[in-house]
Amino acid sequence: MFAEFGYGVLLVTFLVALYSVIAAAYGAVKKSASMVESARRAMFLTFPLISIGAASLIYLLVNNHFEVSFVYEVTSLSMPTYLKVTAWWGGQAGSLVFWSFLLSGFASAVTLRKWDRDIEFLPWVVVVCGITLAFFLGLVVFFENPFTRFWLVGGNVESHMFAPLNATIFTPEDGQGLNPLLRHPGMIIHPPMLYLGFVSFVIPYAFAIAALVTGRTDDRWIRLTRRWSLWAWLFLSFGLVLGGRWAYDVLGWGGYWGWDPVEIAAFMPWLTGTAFLHSVMIQEKRGLLKHWNMILVILTYSLVIFGTFLTRSGVLSSVHAFAESAIGPLFFVFIGVTFATSIALIIWRWPQLSGETEMKSMLSREALFLLNNLLFMSILVVCFWGVIFPLVSELFTGQKVTVGPAFYESATGPLFAALLFLMGVAPLSAWGHSTIQTLGRSIWKSSLAALIVTLILLAVYTNNIYALLGFFLVSFVLFVTFQEFWRGARARQKTQDEGFFTALARLMGRNRRRYGGYIIHISIAVMAIGILGIELFQTETQGTLAQGEELNISGYTVQYRELASWGDQGKGVNYTRAVVDIFKNGIYLGELNPRIDYYAEAEQNMTIPGNRSTLRDDLYILLVDWQPVSSGGATFKIYVNPLVNWMWIGSLLFIAGIIFAAWPDREPVEESLQKKVTQRTSQTSAAD
Amino acid sequence: MKPKFILGFGMILAAVAYLIFSATQASAERFMTVNEMQAEVPDVVGQSLRITGAVIGESIQYDPNTLTLTFEVAHAPADFKVIEEQGGLAEVLHQAVIDPTRQRVKIVYIGVKPDLLRGEAQAIMTGKLDEAGIFHADELLLKCPTRYEEALPEQASTD
Repeated sequence: MFAEFGYGVLLVTFLVALYSVIAAAYGAVKKSASMVESARRAMFLTFPLISIGAASLIYLLVNNHFEVSFVYEVTSLSMPTYLKVTAWWGGQAGSLVFWSFLLSGFASAVTLRKWDRDIEFLPWVVVVCGITLAFFLGLVVFFENPFTRFWLVGGNVESHMFAPLNATIFTPEDGQGLNPLLRHPGMIIHPPMLYLGFVSFVIPYAFAIAALVTGRTDDRWIRLTRRWSLWAWLFLSFGLVLGGRWAYDVLGWGGYWGWDPVEIAAFMPWLTGTAFLHSVMIQEKRGLLKHWNMILVILTYSLVIFGTFLTRSGVLSSVHAFAESAIGPLFFVFIGVTFATSIALIIWRWPQLSGETEMKSMLSREALFLLNNLLFMSILVVCFWGVIFPLVSELFTGQKVTVGPAFYESATGPLFAALLFLMGVAPLSAWGHSTIQTLGRSIWKSSLAALIVTLILLAVYTNNIYALLGFFLVSFVLFVTFQEFWRGARARQKTQDEGFFTALARLMGRNRRRYGGYIIHISIAVMAIGILGIELFQTETQGTLAQGEELNISGYTVQYRELASWGDQGKGVNYTRAVVDIFKNGIYLGELNPRIDYYAEAEQNMTIPGNRSTLRDDLYILLVDWQPVSSGGATFKIYVNPLVNWMWIGSLLFIAGIIFAAWPDREPVEESLQKKVTQRTSQTSAAD
Repeated sequence: MKPKFILGFGMILAAVAYLIFSATQASAERFMTVNEMQAEVPDVVGQSLRITGAVIGESIQYDPNTLTLTFEVAHAPADFKVIEEQGGLAEVLHQAVIDPTRQRVKIVYIGVKPDLLRGEAQAIMTGKLDEAGIFHADELLLKCPTRYEEALPEQASTD
């Protein structure tokens, strides 16, 4: 009942999305305002429709309708209700519905805005969102239907949407259930965050295409979508961080990022999106790089679709194993067609997009921004190369050759270091013209301070050359950025006659994007501390201990006290939990409880580390194995991950920085005037 | 564009191209099935390889004192199309494990026993084959298709 209903609603939604595309294009070409209005309303209608479709799916999931194949695959009787709801995006078919649901919601929100003087964009924004929506709904309706059910046909079970001849419905007693590894809070929020990021980037793309089609190629489209891009970036970043945290907490290899193809697939649109956020500033301030911004937003869109496909297709072997399916070629056709069309539009509008001025000085802010873009694109090329290299090598040599994490680390390492350096230099350079002298004058203090920090670290902490270089760059960025806050606040304090902190708060409040950006720079530097720590200084040890025996690692003593096993019949889980006492230099610090949870239904272990986290390092203990209680031995693997906590602290600060930059201003009109004035003054202050 | 910009960016691009080239050279590993690897013995002995196969459940042994994990994998096709034709990954792995005529290779891995290791899992290992025909893995990835893939209920196999 609900299955047919849900399917019918999605089919209707698909048709409505198609209608909105045709009506919008027709209305725009024939200059018929009523057709465009009709298209807008159609787009607006898709959201309630798809919500009803999704609600039917959730109803089936929550009520254990295992005759529906999707429900059978992702839920089981023993799962709590909230997990059954979130199982919506636990499999391919459901996550495509989820994607469409988000897109429909965002597109509706956009069509609701006051269009006034941007009304010529409206039909084309509807066209782009409508085509994307129709593509995903088409996949759901025709290829990856979450509502197909099991039918008993002549003794065999088959899955079909509608009843075959002489078939009776088949309901399995219990579903397969979500993999225990995916039942972690991080993994429940991670996919929707990534998807929110992916889908939000469709909106800036839609406006870019609208600008190209209508020929209104000034920076209006960028100003209209600035906040969308920032929110998209926020969600995408948050999704990546959650994925890392999940790996650290659940996968039990003491790391957080494995250069897995699926991770890279989510990372690539982040890279182009980050480049885009930087380079639009040059277009706004200097009227340059218009072609480039278009290309970046188009690339981001293509990578978003590609990422959606990769994260759900299992084309490449990875720990994120997901279903293989027949929809791969359709994705590639869709990406190819939209990419080619977009590029054709750019070529058509090429003359209108030429810059208003020329880039003159190699050290000007715009040139350094361009360099930043080049570095992000280089990292993108490295990632893309790594992902497609097996296919390329097979094509040319007949042998499948793959590259592993070592490839990504050694190829991107210098690029990340260069980005850090640039993050320190660029905010100090002036728009238009900068020389070594002017730049040197504003840089030397921070460089000197960073050098002193590095020398102190050399004396007391490490003599690893890469670490020292990394810490130099990190402290350089931190000093430069704090200096910027200091200088801005001091200047305002003098002219406005305010206290230092009032001046700082007002300065930041009035220049949200600028200072939000600086907060993000600080957070990146803080994250870099953690990454350097775990990458360069991680130590590990292992051993089998009898009760009372101990292991020593990096000043810690880990003493095995006891171990207990018990079962939870209701959940079908058997827990084995060890108690170990932690000492450092003879001082008792407390106990840790590494565990292994055995999920009988899935026949799978889940190794949960016991982790003691401090700003200095993490003591990360895994219970690997244990002997029967009589002999009382247990095996542990222990990592000490120096400084890694800074990465999580940096991530939180990073998210805070984006929210700060993207937060809506209270008085938009006055605010933007104010912004222009203060930006002018800060430009001159940076130039002097 | 002024010539100095073109020169500057050209140099950066060259540097990036070099980075990618050298990193590829240093870390490229051939990706092979068990059959493909055995066909090229002894040429591939000592080379850095990435191989894939189906885990034989009964062969899994773990010594917690030394963290030494040993198991065997049987040849299973890795090509996406072939897997589709033969009825999906779960079926392909199942066939590989129950067929005693398939070529097998012994894997040795030192480390924590992965949660996903079990019979009929797809294993992807990075490491080197030694002269005795034992594959020493430094990295071990596992994929258990039955838990993810669109699979029909048990009763479906009573045809």
